[in-house]
Amino acid sequence: MKVSITINGSAQSHDVEPRTLLVHYIRDQAKLTGTNIGCDTSSCGACTVHLDGEAAKSCTILAAQADGGAVTTIEGLATNGEMHPMQKAFMENHGLQCGYCTPGMVMAAIGLLNENPKPTDEEVRLGLEGNLCRCTGYHNIVKSVLAAANK
Amino acid sequence: MSITQERTNSIIGTRMLRREDPALLTGEAKFTNDLVIPGALHLAVLRSPYAHARIKSINVSDALAMPGVVAVYTGKDLRDAWAAPMPCAWPVTPDMKNPAHFPLALDKVCYVGDGVVAVLANSETESRDALDAIDVAYEPLQAITDLEVALSDKTIIHEDLGTNKSYTWNLKVEATEGAVDEAFKNAAFSVSERYIQQRLIPMAMEPRAVVAVPQPFGGDITLYSATQVPHILKVMTAITLGIPEHQLRVVAPSVGGGFGSKLDVYAEELLCVALSRKHGAPVRWVEERSENTQATIHGRGQIQNIELAADKDGKLTAVRVRLIGDMGAYLQLVTPGVPLLGAFLYAGVYDLPVAYDFSCTSVFTTMTPTDAYRGAGRPEATYAIEVAMDALARKMNIDPYELRKRNYIKKEQFPYTAFSGLTYDSGDHLAAAEKAMGHADYAAVRKKQATQNVAGARKRLGIGMTSYFEMCGLAPSRVLASLNYGAGGWESATVRVLPTSKVQVVTGTSPHGQGHETSWAMIAAEKLGVAPEDVDVLHSDTAIAPLGLDTYGSRSLAVGGVAIAGACDKVIDKARLIAAHQLECAAEDLEFAQGTFSVKGSPDKAVPLAAIAFAAFTAHNLPDGVEPNLEAQYTHDPKNFSWPFGAHICIVEIDTETGKVDVLKYIAVDDCGIQINPLIVEGQVHGGVVQGLAQALYEEAVYDTDGNLKTTNLAEYLVPAACDVPPITTDFTVTPSPTNQLGVKGVGEAGTIGAASTVMNAVIDALSGLGVTKLDMPASPNNVWKAIQAAQGGK
Repeated sequence: MKVSITINGSAQSHDVEPRTLLVHYIRDQAKLTGTNIGCDTSSCGACTVHLDGEAAKSCTILAAQADGGAVTTIEGLATNGEMHPMQKAFMENHGLQCGYCTPGMVMAAIGLLNENPKPTDEEVRLGLEGNLCRCTGYHNIVKSVLAAANK
Repeated sequence: MSITQERTNSIIGTRMLRREDPALLTGEAKFTNDLVIPGALHLAVLRSPYAHARIKSINVSDALAMPGVVAVYTGKDLRDAWAAPMPCAWPVTPDMKNPAHFPLALDKVCYVGDGVVAVLANSETESRDALDAIDVAYEPLQAITDLEVALSDKTIIHEDLGTNKSYTWNLKVEATEGAVDEAFKNAAFSVSERYIQQRLIPMAMEPRAVVAVPQPFGGDITLYSATQVPHILKVMTAITLGIPEHQLRVVAPSVGGGFGSKLDVYAEELLCVALSRKHGAPVRWVEERSENTQATIHGRGQIQNIELAADKDGKLTAVRVRLIGDMGAYLQLVTPGVPLLGAFLYAGVYDLPVAYDFSCTSVFTTMTPTDAYRGAGRPEATYAIEVAMDALARKMNIDPYELRKRNYIKKEQFPYTAFSGLTYDSGDHLAAAEKAMGHADYAAVRKKQATQNVAGARKRLGIGMTSYFEMCGLAPSRVLASLNYGAGGWESATVRVLPTSKVQVVTGTSPHGQGHETSWAMIAAEKLGVAPEDVDVLHSDTAIAPLGLDTYGSRSLAVGGVAIAGACDKVIDKARLIAAHQLECAAEDLEFAQGTFSVKGSPDKAVPLAAIAFAAFTAHNLPDGVEPNLEAQYTHDPKNFSWPFGAHICIVEIDTETGKVDVLKYIAVDDCGIQINPLIVEGQVHGGVVQGLAQALYEEAVYDTDGNLKTTNLAEYLVPAACDVPPITTDFTVTPSPTNQLGVKGVGEAGTIGAASTVMNAVIDALSGLGVTKLDMPASPNNVWKAIQAAQGGK
């Protein structure tokens, strides 16, 4: 079947199998490999993107369901070679180590601040519950998100 | 401490932001599964659904007819592809039993997840779809998931070995024969404890992935793998497949965490290489998470019996340890050595007389093979001694910190030769503990506890501590020889000053999240007096960095970082000869500072390193006997392990009605010697602590009695999320290591080594008033609640 999705501002159209997950569409058809796959149970959040402005795990959505929608991936955040304030906050606060969960974590964190621009430490921790990181112990991720919120 | 004390404008010690981050933050970084390889075939592996079974027959004809399927192979089809079984590099005893282990099973499967059939297809989905069309007939056999049952040999897993026991390894050291027994006989106090180190699943966020790419002519092959150990993998793949080593290149692209689980040589790596050669086409494989939980190694898996003897003041007089190690179904790369890495540490940080009796018997089970997982043997040892110290303090009815203070090796005793003959390089346990106690406000917590933990109180407060040593910086090659390890412990570095004075550092370490590019550039910049941004760090590709022993065991800085400093020294030595030639003075009259050679006492007579680099490149006017170019290679073989240490404290509150443990505060005071980049050091401690805390409270690889893993994915295996863990208070003491020129020790495993016992001591401290003095990990709500009920019912 044919799906048309605007990814990072560019309108795209591809033939996919009906069972294709959005994450596979993004990685295999749109060739954007910044969105990572860390599990097969929608538990880890590594594949979090924005669909029509809201953070969503792209492994929980069929590409067909996103037909006609607009997706932003980690590759679409920087503008004119400048990283998004959330990306900068992660860098400045050492909010990443191996970087595998990072694209999803950053997308989820931006989604969190869209809904709650001034969260507490605890609200950040609860808000990122769906994104797992094995390296940082979350300490500096929370610090990064709070720093971005206070900018 | 040459570069640590009197430094000006120092780069070392600054919180430099990581150069790795922009690529990782923008999605530009390429992990193995991101590599675009045209024409690649996709490998999928059919895995055993049985823990222990004989393979009666395999029918692949339906699978071969599936769309996109190129080939299907059984273990027998590929038997001739292997020149040797899969490698175990650590035969810990001469009589160690090691079953032949091939990438695909031949006659028997020995754990759920054991590879049985390989499918090659044109796409990943086609390869996976074809797995369902393969028909394997099994004759199920008895599963063995209990270590003591395994030792009974009632059912033998590898029949040709005649036993499930792999080895027994002893470390008995006594000042005089019988000293340990004597100490226990004369002990004023003693404890005898049994602890379970549950199996853990490492769960690096990036599952494993492999691509093998044959070159069109000549037989060369490039293996891309999500590995911690490209160098070891190259040697082992060459041996296992009988490929000339020089025709193999191994590359580790961006690697998404390892924690020991990517310190291995895996079946899928060997299959991809073998099948890519067979088909003359690239072959790739990516692991699904539910595959990862079974096909990638597990960690821990020990039954620990520890006995402490003490005199009337609580001074330890002897330690006796009996371990049973769970090897799983086969020996992976360093599986049998993991308990040995802890064997020297069961006396912890205490001044023990020469009266130590350690013995480990390791046994095969029908579960996923175990191997090194963050800390590898040392968290287990630290847990046993530190939880046992609390048990001893309870028995003596004294404060656990007071008991520790009576036993610490004192600052003035370092360097300290331990009962084992190992020398602990430097330390100050009391200083670290005092600092941690200050952050905890220990006396105030004890006071609050006295009022809060009254009879009938629903929420009980607990505080626990750990003092630890992290034997790391693996490792002096001669010591490894004495432990029968199959390789050395050195690390290599090449430092090259390019004609335009930019610097290349080539390292044999292979990072997967640790920020080596940033830290190594800082070391070279400090040594050479150049800007860190003028230093490039090359790694993780055996064609670019041919010599190396990779990254594990908190070794990269203490061995590899020191190698870089040594290579810089050699570059400076060579540059000095050229500078002396140019300035027409004796080399020994020159001093080198801030990237410039100048004549002592005549600072106007000077030449910058940049000019010397260009002169070395043009080679128009070099002193006799000096080769062109400014480059040096140095291999560092450490004289000693490095001994980071620290004190951790945890404060918990437990809801006795639900069993839920809330961590109110976690304090980590660590001492890893000189810190190159404190930002990175803190990050390592945070992550390490949470992995240890997760063992204490959440994680466990659960098997049923039929040998089925019940925790096969991230919905069932509880890797904590942000809301499950507390903020962490980090602080440091700085005791330089006297054994290397940077004064560094290493920090990758410290947090994990200290955390599990710290949390469990706090949990037991909260509950001991209810009669709970023993609790196996994880201290989940269910386990805590049951322990409370059992203790209360028993009263």
